[in-house]
Amino acid sequence: MTSQTTSPMTRFVARLIDPRTLPIVVTIVLFCVLFGFGSVMYTGFFSLQVLLGLLVDNAFLLIVALGMTFVIVSGGIDLSVGSVVALTTILCAVAAQWWHWPIWVIVPLVLVFGALFGAAMGALIHFFKLQPFIVTLAGMFLARGACFLITTQSITIDEPTFHAVAQFSLPVGSGTLSSGALIGIVALIVAIYVAHYTRFGRNVYAVGGNERSALLMGLPVARTKVLVYALSGFCSALGGVVFTLYLLSGYGLQGQGMELDAIAATVIGGTLLTGGVGYVFGSVFGVGILGTIQTLITFDGTLSSWWTRIVIGALLCAFCLLQRVIERHAARRKSSGTGLHAQAKKTQETDSAPAADAKDKPGLAAMVTRRT
Amino acid sequence: MKAIKAALQHSLAWPALTLVLLIVLDVAHRADFLAITMLDGHLFGAPIDILNRAAPLVIVSLGMTLVIATRGIDISVGAVVAIAGAAAATILADAPSQVLLAVGAALAVGLAAGVWNGLLVAFVGMQPIIATLILMVAGRGVAQLLTGGQIIPIGAPGYLVLGGGFLARLPCAVWAAMAVTAATAILMSRTALGLFIRAIGVNPVATRLVGLRASAIVFSVYVFSGLTAAIAGVLMSSNVRSADGNNAGLLLELDAILAVTLGGTSLTGGKFSLAGTVLGALIIQTLTYTTYSIGVPPEATLVVKAIVVLLVSVIQSATARAFVVRHVRRALAFAQTKPVSEAAK
Repeated sequence: MTSQTTSPMTRFVARLIDPRTLPIVVTIVLFCVLFGFGSVMYTGFFSLQVLLGLLVDNAFLLIVALGMTFVIVSGGIDLSVGSVVALTTILCAVAAQWWHWPIWVIVPLVLVFGALFGAAMGALIHFFKLQPFIVTLAGMFLARGACFLITTQSITIDEPTFHAVAQFSLPVGSGTLSSGALIGIVALIVAIYVAHYTRFGRNVYAVGGNERSALLMGLPVARTKVLVYALSGFCSALGGVVFTLYLLSGYGLQGQGMELDAIAATVIGGTLLTGGVGYVFGSVFGVGILGTIQTLITFDGTLSSWWTRIVIGALLCAFCLLQRVIERHAARRKSSGTGLHAQAKKTQETDSAPAADAKDKPGLAAMVTRRT
Repeated sequence: MKAIKAALQHSLAWPALTLVLLIVLDVAHRADFLAITMLDGHLFGAPIDILNRAAPLVIVSLGMTLVIATRGIDISVGAVVAIAGAAAATILADAPSQVLLAVGAALAVGLAAGVWNGLLVAFVGMQPIIATLILMVAGRGVAQLLTGGQIIPIGAPGYLVLGGGFLARLPCAVWAAMAVTAATAILMSRTALGLFIRAIGVNPVATRLVGLRASAIVFSVYVFSGLTAAIAGVLMSSNVRSADGNNAGLLLELDAILAVTLGGTSLTGGKFSLAGTVLGALIIQTLTYTTYSIGVPPEATLVVKAIVVLLVSVIQSATARAFVVRHVRRALAFAQTKPVSEAAK
């Protein structure tokens, strides 16, 4: 990254305060502080099982947030994730309870369905130049409505193969990981690989940085945009499968507001809503922070559940303010043309150009087509 | 023919046509759909019912229209509705006679929420969707904090009149909606504000360079949106006689955005129509009424709504229209050239 005269230590520090990685560093520090706070305040908090429990209880949110990260990095948004999760739980439950299909037939089918649902929305967004906000909103209504059309009841799953998979657990040290958590870990590794080591991942960053430049560079913008929404739909369906395994039931009201949690986790994880900037790994800690807050409130016992929402809102606010400060700082540094500027530029080459034009236009909606 | 074409190009043509179609559908299903009767000195009938139920949505959508016209979006209105209702209910639970204080508190809460959103968007420079997302996430928590996680019943008769009572034969909520619509329309057409808002929507940077205080106008637009949400919150909590921090105004922001888009306001800013927004809100309520009265199961309402959203946005999209026109032309050309090619054989 930097010139060869600098020592590894300076390089490391420079990397930490780089505007690109600073939000993620803050997120990780905050996660550690929150967890440390819990360990000091409550007995029994500092254990491997609590840490693994975070993963077990939030695996579905993690998977959904991974898909959301891709969509937001590409400069879009997906509001349909929560209702696709609900629809997946219903489809799984119906196929298992009413038609008695085994799990290995159902899961591939619902995953394909989720990917197709997302691809359809992506195609509408790209080819008809519609707002991602509006199209995925329609997708949200459609999926949620489809849930209630199928059934308004909660269906409990008795199917033996579902129970077998749900009850599987892998002992890790003093704790255990459920099958859902394992799926989450695999999804995370695949997502990091796809985002940072494949052509598709680079295209996503390029499209999010500046769609027109990406087009002029000859990148497959259309395919990338459709695939991003397909990926998000796929992740939502996978999250729905994990959610089904977690609760062993299907219900149309499940996952309400999950899109907000996923967006919050992504933003707290350092992804810019203008697109082009963000790390998949940050979203993991975003989800981790949301989960830790919930666990802290459970451990405390005297705080009511609504404090979760208030704290998440406050955190979201703090992180957005931090992003603004970093953006302004980066803009000033760029205009003054110091040596750091060249360094920042080098990092850009590996990722993409930041949404530099956004800072000139306060009051611009992210959803509004900046680049028509 | 020319007159029809010109009429179709009017921005209100499509929403008006949609509404008329829905009403025709209703009349075809139930001949006395449009009948309005007098009962106990009040007007009753399906149209009045639709107007009454659409009133909060109309009010919220007006605020949303102005926000969207400046290229913004306010997704916190549902949460603000919940907070305003909760604030009023908390005061009324302690002092049932303090109706004015309760309404004032609700409106003040809405103003405060608007000020918060406006500060973040106009002065901190956050993207509107994110700035208002913060309040959307935290707002429901705040509302539940106020109500203590309970559904607070409201019994004060003075307050219940607002959302369930009648004034001069029409429901009070309808009067409120008309008053807010009139006030907004006067502000937008009789003062330069409407022009300024359009200018910001077209080009925020140029507007600032021209010498307008763009950030002050953007700020006030969010404050107005918070205020309208609070008015709707008062009407809704009064109508259902309770304040529910969790479910009051749920998905209202989406309905409001839908109403604004249906009315022909473009989400890219710079162009707005208050009359279109009112029509859009009425379309949504009539659609809900129609699906219920025709016997579509209530569960399907969401699906119908989704299809309408998609259809309307595809119709509004110039690219989609060009796509359809091109294919229709090609199909027509193909049909015409076919005999020739057959003759050549």
